[in-house]
Amino acid sequence: MSTAAIAHPKSFWREYVFSTDHKTIAKQYLSTGIFMALVGGLLAYVMRMQLAYPGQAIPGYGTIDPQSYNAVVTMHGTIMIFWVAMPILLAAFGNFLIPLMIGAADMAFPRLNMLSYWIFFLSTVVLLASFFVPGGAAAGGWTSYPPLSGSAAYSGGQWGVTLWLLAVAMEFAAFLMGGINFITTAINNRAPGMKLFDMPLMVWMQLGASIIFLFSVGPLIAGAVMLILDRVAATGFYNPATGGDPILFQHLFWFFGHPEVYVILLPGFGAVAEVLPVFSRKPFFGYRMMVYATIITGVLSFIVWAHHQFIAGIDPRLATAFSITTILISVPIAVMTFAFIATLYKGSIELKTPMLFALGTLVVFLLGGVTGIHLGTAATDIYLHDTYFVVAHFHYTLIPPVFFGFFAAWYYWFPKMFGRMLNEGLGKAHFWLTFIFMHVTFIPMFLLGFGGHHRRISNPQFFEAMQGPEAERLQIIATAGAIGILLSQIPFVVNSVLSLLRGAKAPANPWQANTLEWTVPSPPPHGNFETVPQVYRGPYEYSVPDRVDDWFPQDAKV
Amino acid sequence: MSSTGTPVARSEVIVPSRVLGMALFIATEALFFAGLISAFVVLRAQAIDWPPAGQPRLPIGVTGFNTLVLLASAWTMQQAAATLRRGEPQVRRLIMITAALGALFVGIQGYEWVNLVRYGLTTGSSLYGATFYTIVGAHGLHVLAAVISLIAAALIAPARSREGTDRTWLDPFRMYWFFVAGVWPVLYVLVYLS
Ligand code: HEM
Repeated sequence: MSTAAIAHPKSFWREYVFSTDHKTIAKQYLSTGIFMALVGGLLAYVMRMQLAYPGQAIPGYGTIDPQSYNAVVTMHGTIMIFWVAMPILLAAFGNFLIPLMIGAADMAFPRLNMLSYWIFFLSTVVLLASFFVPGGAAAGGWTSYPPLSGSAAYSGGQWGVTLWLLAVAMEFAAFLMGGINFITTAINNRAPGMKLFDMPLMVWMQLGASIIFLFSVGPLIAGAVMLILDRVAATGFYNPATGGDPILFQHLFWFFGHPEVYVILLPGFGAVAEVLPVFSRKPFFGYRMMVYATIITGVLSFIVWAHHQFIAGIDPRLATAFSITTILISVPIAVMTFAFIATLYKGSIELKTPMLFALGTLVVFLLGGVTGIHLGTAATDIYLHDTYFVVAHFHYTLIPPVFFGFFAAWYYWFPKMFGRMLNEGLGKAHFWLTFIFMHVTFIPMFLLGFGGHHRRISNPQFFEAMQGPEAERLQIIATAGAIGILLSQIPFVVNSVLSLLRGAKAPANPWQANTLEWTVPSPPPHGNFETVPQVYRGPYEYSVPDRVDDWFPQDAKV
Repeated sequence: MSSTGTPVARSEVIVPSRVLGMALFIATEALFFAGLISAFVVLRAQAIDWPPAGQPRLPIGVTGFNTLVLLASAWTMQQAAATLRRGEPQVRRLIMITAALGALFVGIQGYEWVNLVRYGLTTGSSLYGATFYTIVGAHGLHVLAAVISLIAAALIAPARSREGTDRTWLDPFRMYWFFVAGVWPVLYVLVYLS
């Protein structure tokens, strides 16, 4: 692609479907991700209804047998992590923001970018198709551990798991292309004057997430290839009967899987880092410290993986080592959290919707992080492993970046993406309802977990230890909360649709922010910048003394 | 892969985008092979006998020769890039020779596979066979993909040399070729010799 080609008028197909414009690709990723969030949310509804009212017909679904329940759990987890969190946080916002924030016309490799989306789209089709093949969708859990996933006899149909593996492999190929693009663009296409330490934190976080993804995904693909071969070519890598080793897959999976949670977390934190200074009108506290913490998190994330396997029979000496690294990684994450809090300190805080969601991210994540200490310690984990305590814990850590982080980004950058303002009242209602019902849903799960309720159980009535009025009451509260979360998204949908149709036109810089995306019209034209911007300063110079405006755009000459 | 042509010079481009992009891709690929290799090492360490009784031995000699073929192709690839840099015309022929050597390598591997299957080594016959076909097969597919990329490079070569100014366009192709050729001796020593 040359700049000349960007300026030419294009056919409908080249403009909206097979577009190489990073902003269009971002919207494609975004809409696919939101659609998949709907699917994942409805699956959560099915699970919660079954757990609260075991064996009864679920309105809109019917009764559910154990095999289908397992498939629903598996697909809920898979979709939420791989088809919601990654496409929205990484692919959509990374694509939209990286070129705009660094003052570039587009990604370094626009055609590769387009290919990335369409491969992702195909992977989505393959994944959804797996619901309809004989035997149903994969039912081995989102981690797909063998021997459960290694043979049709254990996990239902022959096709479900194979299609699942295929879809995941294709999706990773798509994100691989995206990651290469993100890193190369952030390093090579920055506007003149923008040094690495002038990049907004969102770009740093996207860069960190991409690097972590790239360096962790190879071994997982190797593990997935071996799993596919176990299923179709009788290789027996993970089958003890032929000398294979099921734990091997766990290592390959979690070598990727744990860094993956930081791949999801960092872009969510990036959105928070952009929103906080703007709505406290203060410079970001400890910008460099934040960057170093990101790098340290990235490095440490590669040496914590075996904490998912304390129970799997690994050497106890190894378990101690991994306990230590796991608890170490909470240090840079705590540094980030303190930097966020210190940014707020003595700021002129404006509680606009993006700010509410950014603060919500911090509060919920703090609770999730604290409960992680119990699980990171091998001694307590032996009791809590595989209970609803774990389910509550990882929802408390995933929902902040995936839900709250996404919504902070949505309310903050919506005017830039679509050229319209969102309604504040509906936005605030959306936040408070979601925030309250989130706790209603997941606090009971902590309690259930302490009580010994296991996860991935299709019907609590099958186990004596999980029965009793207390447990039933908690299950019903959690289910009411989950339905509450789903209904709380109505203000969000109404707000977005109404604003798209007839919201107030957004000015170029509605929040009076400094970063470069706010210097171009909303929405930005093809090619983004009319002339290449010259960058003079860092991204967070708010309330500079002796200046009339309390913001100071990165490209403003003194 | 084409880079966005931005009219104004960007700040401090140290490594050109296509080289950086390819380097990142190769790093991922290297970790993919590292995953396979570590699986091989673990499975082998746990095995009672390796290779198992009754399973055929791997063809060390022929594959050794084949290793030389692949290393020779790396040399011709280097010549192609050097020729391009000097602005001399035989670039296309050198690319084709490299691709032909790569194809020869894959052909010899395929021929050996047919023999091994005939002697009873299959993916399901033992972990010995399973790891062999997976690792060597994954590498073979990479060489095949690289051969196809070189054929594409040969096709665009005339147009590129007519434009004349860009003398480094072959670099990402060369990097990838060096990777598939360079990882092979490691796999050969590990799977065949050790
Ligand atoms: C509406 C909000 C949500 C509700 C009510 C919900 C509910 C649940 C429940 C009840 C389970 C456990 C089922 C079982 O073990 O039997 C579960 C599992 C899971 N959820 Fe959610 N969830 C929600 C949103 C999310 C989000 C946003 C994510 C991630 C980004 C997520 C990721 C997962 C994962 C990875 C699993 C584990 C799947 C497995 O065990 O293989 N969930 N969810």
